[in-house]
Amino acid sequence: MRKPLTLTALVALALGLGACAPSTEQPTDGTDAKTGTLRVWLFDEANRAAKEAVVKEAVAEFTANRPEVKVDVSYLATETRSEKYKGALNDPASAPDVAEVGNTDLAGLVAANGMADVTEDMAKWSEAGDLPKDLVKTVTVGDKAYGVPWWIGVRALYYRTDVFTDLGLRPPTSYAELVDAAKKVRAARKDMVGITVGGQYTFGAMPFIWDAGGDIATSSGGRYTATIDSPASKAGITAYTNLFSDDICPAKQCVDLTGGGTVETFAAGRAGMGILGNFSRSAVEAGAVKGKYAVVPLPGAKPGSIAPAFAGGSSLGVFRSATHRSLAVEFMQLLAGKKYGIKLYDAMGFVPAMKSARDEVTAKEPFLKPFIDTMDAGTRFVPVDKAWTTIDAEKIVPNLLQKVITRRATVDAAAADANNQITAAFAK
Amino acid sequence: MRRSATIRRQRLTPLWLLLPALVVLVPMFAYPLYQLGLLSLFDYGQPQVSGGVPARFVGLGNFRALFGDQVFWSVLGQTVVFAAGCVVVTLAVGAALAMLLTRVGRVARTVLSFAALAAWAAPAMTGSVVWLFLFDSNLGLVNEVLGLPGYNWLYERSVAFALVGAVVVWHSFPFVMITLYAGIQAIPESVREAAALDGAGAFTTFRRIIVPMLRPLITIVVIQSIIWDFKVFTQIYVMTRGGGIAGQNMVLNVYAYQKAFASSQYGLGSAIGVVMTVILLVVTLFYLRALRRSGEAL
Repeated sequence: MRKPLTLTALVALALGLGACAPSTEQPTDGTDAKTGTLRVWLFDEANRAAKEAVVKEAVAEFTANRPEVKVDVSYLATETRSEKYKGALNDPASAPDVAEVGNTDLAGLVAANGMADVTEDMAKWSEAGDLPKDLVKTVTVGDKAYGVPWWIGVRALYYRTDVFTDLGLRPPTSYAELVDAAKKVRAARKDMVGITVGGQYTFGAMPFIWDAGGDIATSSGGRYTATIDSPASKAGITAYTNLFSDDICPAKQCVDLTGGGTVETFAAGRAGMGILGNFSRSAVEAGAVKGKYAVVPLPGAKPGSIAPAFAGGSSLGVFRSATHRSLAVEFMQLLAGKKYGIKLYDAMGFVPAMKSARDEVTAKEPFLKPFIDTMDAGTRFVPVDKAWTTIDAEKIVPNLLQKVITRRATVDAAAADANNQITAAFAK
Repeated sequence: MRRSATIRRQRLTPLWLLLPALVVLVPMFAYPLYQLGLLSLFDYGQPQVSGGVPARFVGLGNFRALFGDQVFWSVLGQTVVFAAGCVVVTLAVGAALAMLLTRVGRVARTVLSFAALAAWAAPAMTGSVVWLFLFDSNLGLVNEVLGLPGYNWLYERSVAFALVGAVVVWHSFPFVMITLYAGIQAIPESVREAAALDGAGAFTTFRRIIVPMLRPLITIVVIQSIIWDFKVFTQIYVMTRGGGIAGQNMVLNVYAYQKAFASSQYGLGSAIGVVMTVILLVVTLFYLRALRRSGEAL
């Protein structure tokens, strides 16, 4: 019995001495090959064929005068994208050259040293001046640019025209009117919720918080401070969670809905109103309510005001370990430019980031007006910091909302808890 | 001289025989465990993994952060209660059905075994999703049959745990049933016959004859169940969408996943892994001791 023990001890000692710190991979700066295969990752969509057609056209244009280059496009499921990104970070050999990045994901990828700094390339790009400032901010960390905003999406208030007409209701222009209309719809139609809202729907709740003057965190001098427990934030949380009452959207039914869940509910005809994005239009059109809805901006508390919307959307970026850096930048700029921005809108309904392209599609599409009005009223964004990855992954905001909705905690207690967790996330 | 050399060679023989097992166990088990322990002592996130930022040694910092977090304690507490419940129910269901198997005819036995094996063979993911469909608040078959339209099975903490627990039991009772059934079959017929002649019913036979004779087997089954149920992940992750409403159905493994992978705090996640490993080792040692004391050979 003595010997094996000694042996084990020796092996343990050897291992202990052999590696005193876990391995850290140095980020490789990639190379700049001018030929070969350019790898591109884009998000999969419900109607991907339409997106694919636009991308194929762009690829054809790109390779027409670059005969030595091939472009290989893969489509990532959005739910598992973060695993894919992590794989690309951990194994640079499998990383793409160009990738579509959810605009809230970008800061985390930059903190992990995964994205290439494209500040200079952007300065040289003829179309760069066409990008709106508030969107450029979503791809800027520190004072460096790490990508191009590609398309944007904002949410507004969808409502059922048939139900509103039947009940003699007007689309709401204030929070009070919204609550009133929701109650009337629910009272008259037992199988419908007044407005479909979700306890896991962070970007449905944030407009109420922003409208009340609150925020997840505020930044000064590059440091973020959690402010979810400020009186203004708590007023916004109360406004949103009050919608989860039995006479509007019963807690039992609505507390675990995500944003996607509210889209389904509205599309299936089980809700009088919903806070949905312009990018959800095709899903709604495919549902039971086709032709029976209209959209207005989500009203704020003050009559006639618009609650600030979250500037959702996605960006294109170049991975730091890209093997074809110049080609990657060129392809990114081609895809993000005005021409393909408009084509993508025609195919998918994604509003292009470029100002001139945005004006063009708005002119020909009245559906977009409420969304554009919302954008013009000013959009907001989540903290551009790697802490957002933690705040999002640990469901800090949904947990806060759900605790209040289920009455497991008061607004004060739940907000104080969330504030501590957010503060801890920024401290890391 | 020659004799001592022979003895030494004989002493070394078992070691050589262990080698094939070690070749498998060391890379597959010891090395990951070693890495787990190592990572738990570092501040190790995505920037450290791939970004060239050096990993910072924090000593027991991750453990201090963990033990100072009251969420961890409540998650640990409810994991223990949930796992204990699952173990008890799994054993009860498995043992009852094993007894049933010894008493029914061949056709019934085949049907029951087949049904149990099918449940066993279903991947945890598939099983969870199918059960979730059955219990869907709006479109689920169960609500339809019970006449409870819109009832949300995941709203109350205890109801949600009970539902997930049922799926866990459904997945794991076949192992208990088959193992115990095999054990019961190995008990000489004459012993059971004698018990029956003395007027013992099914329950008494089970308690007085089968349990004492199968104690080593039952111990193994219990340890296995504890380990499986303590580590439950898929059913909770899938059915309660990552921990339930406001995290009310969080268990330790899902919590570790959320910390380690979803939010890329690999160091903190490893610390949770170490805590789980230690707890399970203690459980195992406790049972091994209990076995020894009762004089049973393993």
